[in-house]
Amino acid sequence: MTYDVAIVGAGVVGGLIARELSRFKISVALLEKCNDVAMGTTKANSAIVHGGFDAQNGTLKAELNVKGTAMMPELCKKLSVPFKNNGSLVVAFSDDEMEHVKALYERGVKNGVPGLSVIDRDELRRIEPNISDKAVGALLCESAGIVCPYELTIAAVENAVTNGVEFIRNCCVKGINRVADEYVLDTSAGEICAKFIINAAGNFSDELAKMAGDDSIKIIPRKGEYYLLDKSVGNLAVHTIFQCPNEMGKGILVTPTVDGNLLIGPTAINIDKKDDTETTPEGLAEIVEKALKSVPSVSVRNAITSFAGVRSHPETDDFIIGWSEKNDRFLNVAGIESPGLSSAPAIAIRVREILGEKLELSEKESYTDTREEPVRFRHMNDEQRAELIKKNSAYGRIVCRCETITEGEIIDAIKAPAGARDVDGVKRRTRAGMGRCQGGFCGSKVVEILARELGVPMNEITKFGGESKIIYERTK
Amino acid sequence: MEKRELVCVACPLGCPITVTLDDNNNVTDVTGNTCKRGDAYARTECTSPTRMLTTTVKVEGGKKACVVPVKSSVPVPKGMMMECMEAINKSSIKAPVKIGDVVIKNILDTGADIIATNNAE
Amino acid sequence: MLDFDLAVVGGGPAGMAAALEARENGVEKIVVLERAETLGGILEQCIHTGFGLHYFGEELSGPEYAGRFMKLLEDTDITVKTDTMVLDIASDNTVTAVNKKDGLIKINAKAVVLAMGCRERPRGALSIAGSRCSGIMTAGTAQKYVNIDGYMPGHEVVILGSGDIGLIMARRMTLEGAKVKMVCELMPYSGGLTRNIVQCLDDFGIPLKLSCTVVATHGKDRLEGVTIAKVDEKLRPIPGTEEYVPCDTLMLSVGLIPENELSKNSGLELDRITNGPKVDEYRETEHKGVFACGNVLQVHDLVDYVTEESQIAGLGAAKYIKGEKISSECVSTQGVDGVRYIVPQRINCKTDSDVKLYFRVGAVFNNAKIIVECGGKEILSKKKKKLCPGEMEYVTLKQSVINELAANSVVTVRVEA
Repeated sequence: MTYDVAIVGAGVVGGLIARELSRFKISVALLEKCNDVAMGTTKANSAIVHGGFDAQNGTLKAELNVKGTAMMPELCKKLSVPFKNNGSLVVAFSDDEMEHVKALYERGVKNGVPGLSVIDRDELRRIEPNISDKAVGALLCESAGIVCPYELTIAAVENAVTNGVEFIRNCCVKGINRVADEYVLDTSAGEICAKFIINAAGNFSDELAKMAGDDSIKIIPRKGEYYLLDKSVGNLAVHTIFQCPNEMGKGILVTPTVDGNLLIGPTAINIDKKDDTETTPEGLAEIVEKALKSVPSVSVRNAITSFAGVRSHPETDDFIIGWSEKNDRFLNVAGIESPGLSSAPAIAIRVREILGEKLELSEKESYTDTREEPVRFRHMNDEQRAELIKKNSAYGRIVCRCETITEGEIIDAIKAPAGARDVDGVKRRTRAGMGRCQGGFCGSKVVEILARELGVPMNEITKFGGESKIIYERTK
Repeated sequence: MEKRELVCVACPLGCPITVTLDDNNNVTDVTGNTCKRGDAYARTECTSPTRMLTTTVKVEGGKKACVVPVKSSVPVPKGMMMECMEAINKSSIKAPVKIGDVVIKNILDTGADIIATNNAE
Repeated sequence: MLDFDLAVVGGGPAGMAAALEARENGVEKIVVLERAETLGGILEQCIHTGFGLHYFGEELSGPEYAGRFMKLLEDTDITVKTDTMVLDIASDNTVTAVNKKDGLIKINAKAVVLAMGCRERPRGALSIAGSRCSGIMTAGTAQKYVNIDGYMPGHEVVILGSGDIGLIMARRMTLEGAKVKMVCELMPYSGGLTRNIVQCLDDFGIPLKLSCTVVATHGKDRLEGVTIAKVDEKLRPIPGTEEYVPCDTLMLSVGLIPENELSKNSGLELDRITNGPKVDEYRETEHKGVFACGNVLQVHDLVDYVTEESQIAGLGAAKYIKGEKISSECVSTQGVDGVRYIVPQRINCKTDSDVKLYFRVGAVFNNAKIIVECGGKEILSKKKKKLCPGEMEYVTLKQSVINELAANSVVTVRVEA
């Protein structure tokens, strides 16, 4: 069959585009080269819904950030994804920086950011008790928030698949041929035909465009390293705490996460390899040093894990959204670096509008815009838990002890539309293995459940697809 | 004549022991040990070292378990551990298995039986 | 609501011994709550021998050691609920638990014994740089894959940490045909028993690299190698000493942490060094009627000591339930000068028995003297040929000596090198 639209890349951008397009009477395939959604930049970023004062006035970044952030609370509600409107601070440590903060305020007002104010030392101390004594003031942005980027993506794709989008994993596009008004995509999952291609390939969007004869995009991969700290120190920051931005980005932040952990990072280093997500001793040291400047009580003794993500910094410094000039049915959605997550809901709308110029989009009658809330045993009270186990005893077996995740929730995650196929996929959907022991106890149990539910031997289960095998042959 | 330095493993003390051997590899002297067990350990370790062997063996027809742990009933010669492993890896035991069940009798003529150390249904 | 005299949280060696001892001492309604499918705890996967030398006078494997207690339990009417996870222990000692069969259950218990054991320190806590590929696991996880599930977790292995589990796994993997390239130890000494260094490493020619750590992991999907480096006296990697070691598996044996989430949630304060609750000589915590024993209290080196300690807790719980437990003013204990901690942290001055003070030292000492003092006066001393951080030590205080001590005084234990 020929799809009307093939979206390449199931990150937060591709995922939300898929969901938006699933409203219409068109056939859509969402192609993902990895074993799961949200495996690229979406998996490893600051998880911040920015106010929108950073980007220069008049840029796509500025416009879509403000629009996207405004959409986020409602979207998260519909998709049953936790969102917290915790507000953000850009902290100044000198009078010079205070001037910078004021300039950001002016820019934010121009960009149309609601809830901005410049606050002094005392007010800052009052609303952010653990902030450094050396901070002299800050820009407060009440409209900013935090969201889990992969949860948002998982929910969006689940919703899209429920509405008829076909999710094809392990589908790496190797070549694109145009045959009349159709594209034939040569992929690792076979040939796929589509009338339109939406390039949401993140760090690889320049390479994908090249396959369609468009070499106008240049992505500079920029690595950012992070530390995730234990929930016991999750309350060290109330707001998302930024330092004054520089030419490489918004600097090292200290922020709570929606799950109650504390996240510090990222570094920003331009790199050569787009898939280089190795953390480095230097990077990790830099995070600690700079995070301490904002919140002196931060300690990596509470670190649960460290990780790195690669942001796709476009040479043009602004989002690239529009028809390729070289190929008239090829729509680029590239260079979506920060504030990409915040902008993603608005990007999806913008892409639908652009696609509508060339493809008739008439609404389905049957579209459902909500995702059923997954069972979250840990958030339930005793009565709800008792009731739940009565209905399905699989919820009576705790697999992940640190996060109190039940076997039932893990089975749900595997059986969900575009569900989990590997250990990390289960972890992202349920939090099993996300706690203090990092899967020490439950890792092998999760492997066992995956193998059973997918009907394969345990040694075929991977950590995150590809060659990421967990165990090998039988010993006997 | 040869002197060999050992760390005693008979107990957590870890006494440093010096063993003197004659040209026929007979122990002529043991010093440094602080108990009889140390002396015995040193003598055996220098002349015919042995080790307890623990591993698993394949279970046939088990409800859940595919392997069950086993041990040698008595220590086997240190140099034969890998050979014993090969023999164990080639064998199997039918479920149900009880602690103490003999999997291999007198493995490779070492005098040690390989016995199950856990139950398997 | 189910009514029991005693609820034991955890059915490993600690929980089983505590329950049995409480029964021996006349406690009638006892329930053991175990989160795994079987009793035995971590012993089930410890198939090597060496357990029981002190307690049974013979060398047993982990499952055999556990099996003896399981059999004893079977012969009683102690209720055992496996596959059952305790979610909460309320301040009135009501225990909330779930399992598939009973659903959510509430247990009203006169006394509770905490015996949840410990868990392994994961990679994140170490801040090793590098990739998040597969093939990096704790030694205990690897042990479960090999010994219980019967799968090879890797073929070319580097082990970080020379604690006993790491050493045992070096031998285990070698026997199963893997190549164990080295064991790296951050400290200048091994945390494992000498016997294990000899029989798990030396026997197979596996190098033990002291003052050495893994600074980075490499690999896209599965681990392809690690970078190791020497460390200085302050345990910092020395630049220029890095070495790349190809391997597909990194096993971590870098310490155990008592599993005290339940204790913390119920408001128990933890000892900063042991990471376990603070207890008196019968292992009663600061909450009346809540006892703790085994690795949840302090990480033990030998299971025999776990059994011994759990019997004390079981006896304490029995005394408490019968209203016979002494609760008087206490003396507190403190480790100083090379002694890292003392369990128990307090002793009832009017105690009715001799009390063993368990501790670990912070460095290796040869021909040292352990000195126990109170109010500037030496009350006990004991010569030791060797003291290692890897081994738990104890001194026994006579009841008569304790009964003479002034209330609220401090008993210190120190090492004189």
